[in-house]
Amino acid sequence: MTTLLELQGVSRRFGGFLAVREVDLAVEAGEIHCLIGPNGAGKSTLFKLVVGRYEPSAGRIHFRGHDVTRDAPHSRVQRGMSIKMQAPSVFRALPVRQNLHIAMQHHVPPAELAREEERLLELLGLASEGARPAGELSHGQQQWLEIGMAVALKPTLLLLDEPTAGLSPEETFRTGELVQRLAAGGMTVLAVEHDMSFVKQIATRVTVLHLGQVFARGSVEEIVSDPRVAEIYLGVPHAA
Amino acid sequence: MLKLLEGPQTMGRGPAFWGAAGVVLLAALAYPMFADPYDVGNFGYFFVWIFMALGLCMMWGLCGMLSFGQTFFFGLAGYGYGVIAIDLGNGPLGTMAGLVGGLVLAAVAAAVLGYFMIYGRINGVFFGIVTLSVTLALAYFLGQTAGPEWAIGKARLNGFNGMQGMDPLTFPGPDGGIVLEETLFYYVLILGLAVAYLLLRMLANSRFGNVLVAIREDAERAELLGYDVRRYQLAVFVLGSTLAGLSGVLYTSWGQFITPSSIGLPAASMPIIWVAFSGRTDLTATLVGTFLLLLGFQSLTIYSQETALVLMGALLMATVLFVPRGFVLGIGDLLARLAMRRRREPRPAAAAEV
Repeated sequence: MTTLLELQGVSRRFGGFLAVREVDLAVEAGEIHCLIGPNGAGKSTLFKLVVGRYEPSAGRIHFRGHDVTRDAPHSRVQRGMSIKMQAPSVFRALPVRQNLHIAMQHHVPPAELAREEERLLELLGLASEGARPAGELSHGQQQWLEIGMAVALKPTLLLLDEPTAGLSPEETFRTGELVQRLAAGGMTVLAVEHDMSFVKQIATRVTVLHLGQVFARGSVEEIVSDPRVAEIYLGVPHAA
Repeated sequence: MLKLLEGPQTMGRGPAFWGAAGVVLLAALAYPMFADPYDVGNFGYFFVWIFMALGLCMMWGLCGMLSFGQTFFFGLAGYGYGVIAIDLGNGPLGTMAGLVGGLVLAAVAAAVLGYFMIYGRINGVFFGIVTLSVTLALAYFLGQTAGPEWAIGKARLNGFNGMQGMDPLTFPGPDGGIVLEETLFYYVLILGLAVAYLLLRMLANSRFGNVLVAIREDAERAELLGYDVRRYQLAVFVLGSTLAGLSGVLYTSWGQFITPSSIGLPAASMPIIWVAFSGRTDLTATLVGTFLLLLGFQSLTIYSQETALVLMGALLMATVLFVPRGFVLGIGDLLARLAMRRRREPRPAAAAEV
């Protein structure tokens, strides 16, 4: 397997607080890798380090063989990352279709733009919403639209920060199906998530963060059956 | 390319819109045949300012960058034109070099100032404050250049009285060149405005324009789509400021003088009022609204300049409070909705058949 994204000893300090501590992480091509952990584990900080919102205090980040540690977010996107942030971040005043158009205009030949927009609207379940301002969509639809905008870039690596935040169980399940369809099409996914039902639905590999460090890693089954993970998540001491 | 004349960033499409635009253009071309030369000159004066308004529309309306300092570039280019024209002995050589030099001066100044502001992450209201500060500094500086020591070559800056002695723009031609004044100046301005308006419409509906709108709506999201947001902001700032510079050169050529009062606070606030009143997100609304406001302002100024200024302030407040999208754009939207409703309503005969 090819390593697409590699973090080597990445740390991030805020004043006297070490939010992320010497994290090593490798995301292989073709996998759906979930990053989980309790509140305050450092997941969102690590995500922002990967996308370029924060610079690491120490360590290196490599993407597709390039050192992107100091690259701005737009440079990382140009190299093949695509990002969906935690809160829905769409162009609220613009129609849904124009949101997708702006995302894909440099990645799809002009003659194919309309067809590709239709295809994505269908994929996202927003086929009848193309002309509506994105701000009028429901929370869940905005989350899907933003995933659609990220997918429209035809990325090598799709980064999702809590894609199910604020969604109903049914919407969460549909989001999981959407991510699985994308992965089946060859896209690699790194998702920060703490909804375990969603993680069980989609993940091929899981890394657990705790207190800013890698606490455990393995398949979904290994992580779910690890009593130490249950302890940090639920505060229940496992029987040793 | 011509497909870009219509799109999501510009009001108006289809034969009805372009037909109406053609009628307006023909009326403008025919106007000098019927009007008093003084009025033709006045209309030319109004057209001079519209380039600056269109530039601000691109920066503020499309990209969300409110510059309070477009008269800084207007003044730089106007004074630059004057200095170069006078020092090169006026005529076709001096005035053409002045035109190019004035525009280059405005563009370079915008690139330098914009670079430090945009890459220094000055945005929002602070962008307006810094641009206004720079503008006032230039106006006050030029105001104290009355003495003979304040000259660049043969060109005296002349303090509050302003710089004089430059020729109008002169194209190379027989008998010392073709001087752009009166009716010819009017026609050249119409041509220039038509070209600028159409090119800006195409730019607004292009990929570049899409990115500008994305930045206005959510700059962080735009960056996460892979766009180098600051580069786009700098590009549109230079474009808008160069258009302000073009207004400055044309103004100086029109009146053959330029003073610091065309840069100072009242002058600097005018483009914002024109564009806000008109509808800052649309080029057509900006073009029409700016012309109407200039016409109204000058008609009032004949009776009382203070009243005209107060009215302009009141118009800005009314726009902000009641029609934040702009009056002209609001009327345009209303007309478009009415036309659409009429199209949807079944005709009586058809309804009877059903």
